[in-house]
Amino acid sequence: MNKTLIIIGREFSTRVRKKSFLVLTLVVPILLVGFYAFLMWMLLKDDSQERQIAVINQSEIAQPFERINNNTFTYADTVITEFSAPGFLKAHDYYAVITIPSDVMERPDVSIFSFSQVPMELKNEIAAQLRKKIEDLKRAAIIDESQVPDLEEKLNATQTPVLVRTLKISDTGEAKESSSEIASIIGLVSGMIIYFFIFMYASQVMKGVIEEKTNRIIEVLVSSVKPFQFLLGKIIGVAAVGLLQFMIWVVFGAFLIFLMQAFSPIDMEALRAAGSMSGDLQNIAGGGNLSSEQLEIIQKVAQTIDPIFILTFLGAFLFYFIGGYLLYASLFAAIGAAVDNETDSQQFLTPLSIILVVGLYIGFAAMKSPESPLVFWSSLIPFTSPIVMLVRIPFGVPGWEIITSMALLVAFFIFFTWLSGKIYRVGILMYGKKVTWKELYKWLKY
Amino acid sequence: MSFFVAQNIIKNYANHRALDDVSIEIPEGSIYGLLGPNGAGKTSLIRIINQITGPDSGELFFKGRKLEPADMNRIGYLPEERGLYKKMKVGEQAVYLARLKGVSRHDAIQQLKAWFEKFGIEAWWERKVEELSKGMAQKVQFITTVLHEPEMLIFDEPFSGFDPINVELLKKEILELRKKGTTIIFSTHNMSSVEEICSHIALINKSQKIIEGPINQIRNKYANNTYKLTCRYNSEFHPEAVVGEEFEVLSQQVQDGQHEIILQRLVPCPTNTLLGRLLDKTDIIAYQKIIPGMNDIFIKLVKEGNFSVND
Repeated sequence: MNKTLIIIGREFSTRVRKKSFLVLTLVVPILLVGFYAFLMWMLLKDDSQERQIAVINQSEIAQPFERINNNTFTYADTVITEFSAPGFLKAHDYYAVITIPSDVMERPDVSIFSFSQVPMELKNEIAAQLRKKIEDLKRAAIIDESQVPDLEEKLNATQTPVLVRTLKISDTGEAKESSSEIASIIGLVSGMIIYFFIFMYASQVMKGVIEEKTNRIIEVLVSSVKPFQFLLGKIIGVAAVGLLQFMIWVVFGAFLIFLMQAFSPIDMEALRAAGSMSGDLQNIAGGGNLSSEQLEIIQKVAQTIDPIFILTFLGAFLFYFIGGYLLYASLFAAIGAAVDNETDSQQFLTPLSIILVVGLYIGFAAMKSPESPLVFWSSLIPFTSPIVMLVRIPFGVPGWEIITSMALLVAFFIFFTWLSGKIYRVGILMYGKKVTWKELYKWLKY
Repeated sequence: MSFFVAQNIIKNYANHRALDDVSIEIPEGSIYGLLGPNGAGKTSLIRIINQITGPDSGELFFKGRKLEPADMNRIGYLPEERGLYKKMKVGEQAVYLARLKGVSRHDAIQQLKAWFEKFGIEAWWERKVEELSKGMAQKVQFITTVLHEPEMLIFDEPFSGFDPINVELLKKEILELRKKGTTIIFSTHNMSSVEEICSHIALINKSQKIIEGPINQIRNKYANNTYKLTCRYNSEFHPEAVVGEEFEVLSQQVQDGQHEIILQRLVPCPTNTLLGRLLDKTDIIAYQKIIPGMNDIFIKLVKEGNFSVND
């Protein structure tokens, strides 16, 4: 067993000291956070362009527009049609001209003429300002007519933001607040992490095996340790690298988020963005700035994920993270042993990749319908369960299903590692032969 | 005493039998040549001795007891197809390989430094293997093979890829190791190096052992009663007439005024009788029995195919 430790040590230290590991470990989170920040900035940055916009106002509304960012409005008194608009814009060097017809109160149909494409945000803001003006006028008229005291206040009081909470109840009648959006996002993100981890690190195991085989160093190595012992050391060593990398990402990511919150006002905006991702929050926020009331709602959603759930989920995540990797790593190792170079590995790799990708897609499907039979079965079958089960867990999965799924994963891992070990033992000493599936089957009987 | 014994080893692969009831006995302190044409089963046997693969049937004994997995640490193996991790530094890699053979890190570093000094390659310690030439890498690999002071060493074609100077260096080291008591198995096609350093040999052909024993005994056994007579005489002399009916002249040639005559002895006849017949007619310079080289024996035996000798 001492030798296995030596092997783990080498596999770990040579990989961790590689430049590519350092780059991947440090650059990926920076890139991710940078990309996220850039996206936020793009979405939320103010329109700083200075524009002069002419308004031909034929309606009764006085001053329908106020300054929008750096867009200023000038009121002109002329008549503009599609045909005269270009001349008008050129003559006065306006960016755009808005015509408000006299019957805008009855038929709110406004045109903006411009040589360029008017930005969506500007257009929406123009529409919103005009709408508000028209609504206010109509409202004022009704209030005037009805002669009801304090009508304005009463009407304002009718505005009711509605919060819909999803409550999951258990058999014992215990109700738990849950948020399906957040739950499914957490599940899917974890499933995807596992998917990438399996692909990245299992293929590293395969590459390592191929390297040792083509280098011919394997013959020296297996005269010192048993092939299975060596393979085990390799798989564990690479897993340790992956876990370390993942850990660094988590710590690093948390640190960066903390930094962003401490030094930039973006966090409020980020919350708004998070709100618009899950539909109902957007309705509550109504596009305006967040009030303390709305913040409270968001906090509530965050609280719906209780600590016990987080612990179970973390436990399940680690289990499937490691279990899924171990299952695939041993299979990838067998493939590496069977071939002479990486290009030859494709024929054996393709079926495995397809299964993994199918697992990811079922994971997506599980977000929408966590109870469907396909999702149920693929969350039990070990080749897809690490991804699919994780997506399912936040929606609530009966204990026996999780236990069955985990037990199956362990059983499959043991069986396939044994199987792969046999192929590995024979394969590493077979050179210069293009191996077929039939031949692999024969090796099992050596 | 036999240091290592393999008894009735059978190894089957999917379509053929690689070793068919092969038994060998390797005496302690010997340099044991394992010979045979390509595909005869040498590598299969070596891998079984190394416990890289197991035999289908048959038993292996190490120093009189059954071979155990722990014995891996007492055997050193230099395979024919050599290789090291290309991206790893030489020193680090050598330490790693030594530790896998059960040497502690501290001892490994100390002994490696000594070996590197001996071979004059201390400067390579921090270099990556991919920066070394093929011959340099082979030297490193040789060191890693012997570093853990194994009681038994297995060399598969050790001299391939070395220039003549390094071959001499390696031979010297191998003989040195033998002097220290190491038992050495030596697999090669190079028959002149077999004659030079092996004390015992076994010949394997078509999955079977054909012959085994001390090299001198085997060479003498295949000496087929031919003799070489070197002498001077005047041109009237006819060897056919003089040597008698017990001998047949196979060939004769003149070189620098000396005649070399190859004789085949047909029936037993004392050497003195022959020499007596020749004495007054010729001036005898040398008379010797022709002992066949390993090369001739190898070719003869392999060509004879499944011809089996058991003694």
